[in-house]
Amino acid sequence: MTALYNDPVGHWVVVTVAIAVLLFVVLTATAYTVWFERVALGRIQRRPGPNRVGPFGLMQLAADGVKLAFKESFIPAKTDKVLYVIAPTIAVAAAFLSWAVIPIGLWYNVQYWIADINIGVLLIFAFSSLNVYAILLGGYSSNNKYSLLGGLRSAAQLISYEIALGLSLVPTFMIVGSLRLRDIVDYTVHWGPYTGPIPLVLVTPIGFVIYLMAAVAETNRAPFDLPEAEQELIGGFLTEYSGLKFVMYYLAEYINMITVSALAALLFFGGWYLWFVPPVLAFVAKVIFFLFLYIWLRGTLPRLRYDMLMRLGWKVLMPLAIANIIVTGIVLVAVQG
Amino acid sequence: MLESYVPLLIFVLIVLGLIGALVTLSFVLGPNKPHKSKLAPYESGIVTDTPAHKRLSVRFYLTAMLFIIFDVESVFFYPWAVIMRQLKWFGLIEMFVFMGILLIALAHIWRKGGLDWD
Repeated sequence: MTALYNDPVGHWVVVTVAIAVLLFVVLTATAYTVWFERVALGRIQRRPGPNRVGPFGLMQLAADGVKLAFKESFIPAKTDKVLYVIAPTIAVAAAFLSWAVIPIGLWYNVQYWIADINIGVLLIFAFSSLNVYAILLGGYSSNNKYSLLGGLRSAAQLISYEIALGLSLVPTFMIVGSLRLRDIVDYTVHWGPYTGPIPLVLVTPIGFVIYLMAAVAETNRAPFDLPEAEQELIGGFLTEYSGLKFVMYYLAEYINMITVSALAALLFFGGWYLWFVPPVLAFVAKVIFFLFLYIWLRGTLPRLRYDMLMRLGWKVLMPLAIANIIVTGIVLVAVQG
Repeated sequence: MLESYVPLLIFVLIVLGLIGALVTLSFVLGPNKPHKSKLAPYESGIVTDTPAHKRLSVRFYLTAMLFIIFDVESVFFYPWAVIMRQLKWFGLIEMFVFMGILLIALAHIWRKGGLDWD
């Protein structure tokens, strides 16, 4: 393996295979996230959820995928055909590309990543920002009033919460002094007799709370799922999409859900470090915990009104995030002397 | 330094290939039986009489402008955050001046009602 990795051609073969494995893992994880959500939501609402296809309904997503692939995926009349086809592809591309810089802890001192870049988190923000284009163009090109309104609402929501999301992580970078996700997870403290990695949520609890709320809004999930508010907008920007083009939007939403859960685990909860638990299990357990939190929120909380949503983003989360940066800065420099 | 971006380039190419395959499949698989009422926009079953693209609330435009102001500024925090421990008080005070200007702008927009949505 090492010989192959050091070989100039073999190196890129290894990289390509690693990418293929990552894509496969992310796609499979996405399918089972959908299953997990449907079962968990079912239990919250005191019904069994999918349990017919395969053991515990585990093959439900394979059945749904095949069904949707063979559905007619037509382009409605008077749409902007090029934009209509491109929009969902932007969503999937943006969702997948974030995974290029997310490290996955496999074992002690063994991590798995595609690109080890020193601006990791910034790159994830850059890619996830592209999601605005996907939703806005999808809503605009559909030639449907509800799609357009859903797309616009969503774009305004995404860009409003992006500021809070970006600012909520600045204290973490100030403490660690790096944007590389691996460095943030490996950040070591010397607290009395204890020397080792810590969950950074202990030092930036406010940053974590802001991140959690902004991340829910960024992925268009309940209680911030106004773009898809079915009672008022049918399906928002999704209304005119069918077949595999609908699948692309759906896929992107769930990949983004896993991405922000993984980011929460890496940035605030020590990534693959958890007492004596093997790293890969610890990492997966943390991601599943955050995914469950998402589903729990959707099953529990009613949707916000639009003006409340914008007020929360601009008047509460953003000033709070800036205050958090100021306080963290003063404390850090004062402690350091 | 730049070599670390090559895997990213390969990743982008593979993802583009995957998406191309998905788009192609969406046209190949499945039946293709267009019908006038099937291709009409779905607006709760009501027959569409006006075009979808009409004038929009100026609020969306305002939000987009505010986003440009504050998001671009917030990106400036990133390089500073990485080295702020080396810059110590000097860097902190310089950043507070920058932040102060930003906060004055925010307070002004807030007072003028630019953040209200009704």
